[in-house]
Amino acid sequence: MTAALSLKGITKSFAGVHAIQNLSFEVPKGVTTALIGPNGAGKTTVFNLVSGVYGVDAGTVTVNGVDVTHMPSRKRITTGIARSFQNIRLMSHLTVLENMLVGQHVRNSSLGALLTPYRLFPNHRWKVQAREALAESGLEEWADETVGALPYGVRKRIDLVRATLAGASLLMLDEPAAGLNPSETNALRDHLRTLMAKGITLLVVEHDMHFVDSICQNVVVLNFGEKIAEGPLSQVRQDPKVREAYIGSEEA
Amino acid sequence: MSGYLTGVLVVLAFNVMAAYAVYLPLAAGQLNLGIAGFMAIGAYASAFLTNEYQWSMWAAIPVGSALAGLTGLLIGIPVLRTHGIYLAMATFALGQVISAVFLNLEVVGGAAGYPVTDYVGPYGVFAAAIGVVLLMLYLSRTRFALYLTAVKSDATVADLMGISVRGIQVAAFALGAAVAGFGGAFYAHHYNFVEAQHFNVLLSVFTVLYVLFGGTQTVWGPLVGAAFFTLAPELLRASDQWRYALFAIFIIVFMAMRPQGLVTTSLLRFTRRRTATESEEAA
Repeated sequence: MTAALSLKGITKSFAGVHAIQNLSFEVPKGVTTALIGPNGAGKTTVFNLVSGVYGVDAGTVTVNGVDVTHMPSRKRITTGIARSFQNIRLMSHLTVLENMLVGQHVRNSSLGALLTPYRLFPNHRWKVQAREALAESGLEEWADETVGALPYGVRKRIDLVRATLAGASLLMLDEPAAGLNPSETNALRDHLRTLMAKGITLLVVEHDMHFVDSICQNVVVLNFGEKIAEGPLSQVRQDPKVREAYIGSEEA
Repeated sequence: MSGYLTGVLVVLAFNVMAAYAVYLPLAAGQLNLGIAGFMAIGAYASAFLTNEYQWSMWAAIPVGSALAGLTGLLIGIPVLRTHGIYLAMATFALGQVISAVFLNLEVVGGAAGYPVTDYVGPYGVFAAAIGVVLLMLYLSRTRFALYLTAVKSDATVADLMGISVRGIQVAAFALGAAVAGFGGAFYAHHYNFVEAQHFNVLLSVFTVLYVLFGGTQTVWGPLVGAAFFTLAPELLRASDQWRYALFAIFIIVFMAMRPQGLVTTSLLRFTRRRTATESEEAA
């Protein structure tokens, strides 16, 4: 079976500084995987390399069996990959519903769809579909609000719902639980489990090890841009290299 | 309608068309400071086809508009690689170059100007402006308008969502150029005379001011901005000169206090909610 995501020998430098060095790992379909490591280990850089925000210096990136290494970033979503952002990147002047419509673009990208006056129809299927997705996460009450004015926890969940609307089979979530209170974290966990039940594969960057433990079957540990361990969390916890990497920063 | 009022409304109609030409790329975050150049292309092309080839102006006007749009497309592809102040400078220079070309083109009269044969009356000009407004209202109801805001708001995310950022930007720029050419062509046939000096920097800059004053967040902004800047100076015309200075101070203070412009999405939402509440109370 082809992996949802496969990285082989990925290397990336910024102005001579190695951000990622010869990194290889796989995310098998249906195996929720965490990418962890101390601050500055290169976790977000991996997301940026996979989604195409940056190009790699060497190595290959394969999504669902398709080599996307040299694919323009905007085309990569068509291979079934979508992502959320650590520092929530919603379009703040648009309403929540409009942000959802942006998320639907990849499934409605024809010229006809571009010029359909959907706003004239209160129950246009795009709006209905977006409202349903919001309702599933209990967010429909915010649908017509402008995003910029909403509380952090709500925006965080909206960012996640938008990523799911592209119909992706692999979701990369950058610190989905950061800044959430315990009840919001529980709601997020339920939401992610629903997505997993739908067959969506998750790759999660996360610092909260309890959270990682509760949803992830596999963990990849990065330090200084290199993979230092991989396996179930209970196993990598015991790894001396991992312990060393985390000493002084946090308990692994 | 008095001749004076008709004259003012015709100017308003031209200003509205120019404002929407600037608005389209600006809604995607791109300042076109050379809009007068695209108006000149539409004006001269349409005038040339009616004068020299005896085309009907109803055929010549769309062709003039299309030529301006095509120029916008061809120039937009390289020029839109630049951003911010560099894009403003590039489009500024472009407007100047186009104007300078017509100024030196003897086949269309050069500096002496170019008389135009076919005449379109004020109602034709009004219809053209209304047509442009309706087209913009239509577009504002589509994903195209949504993507303009999305691209302006966060181009990286729009790109990762699969939206062709360059495609949207170039389309907005070219469509804006076509609208400018459309207005320019009507200008030529209404006043029956075009001269390159009319399509100058001030015309471009004023048009940008209309749009910024009205606001780029909603489709109504350019209409309100153009109306304000056309009608307010007319109301001041009969008054003392010093009132113009007050007008200028007002503009400066207003733009400092409200850089997002007069009409915004939150303002529209607020008025809609109030209207809804009032009608509920009345019922």
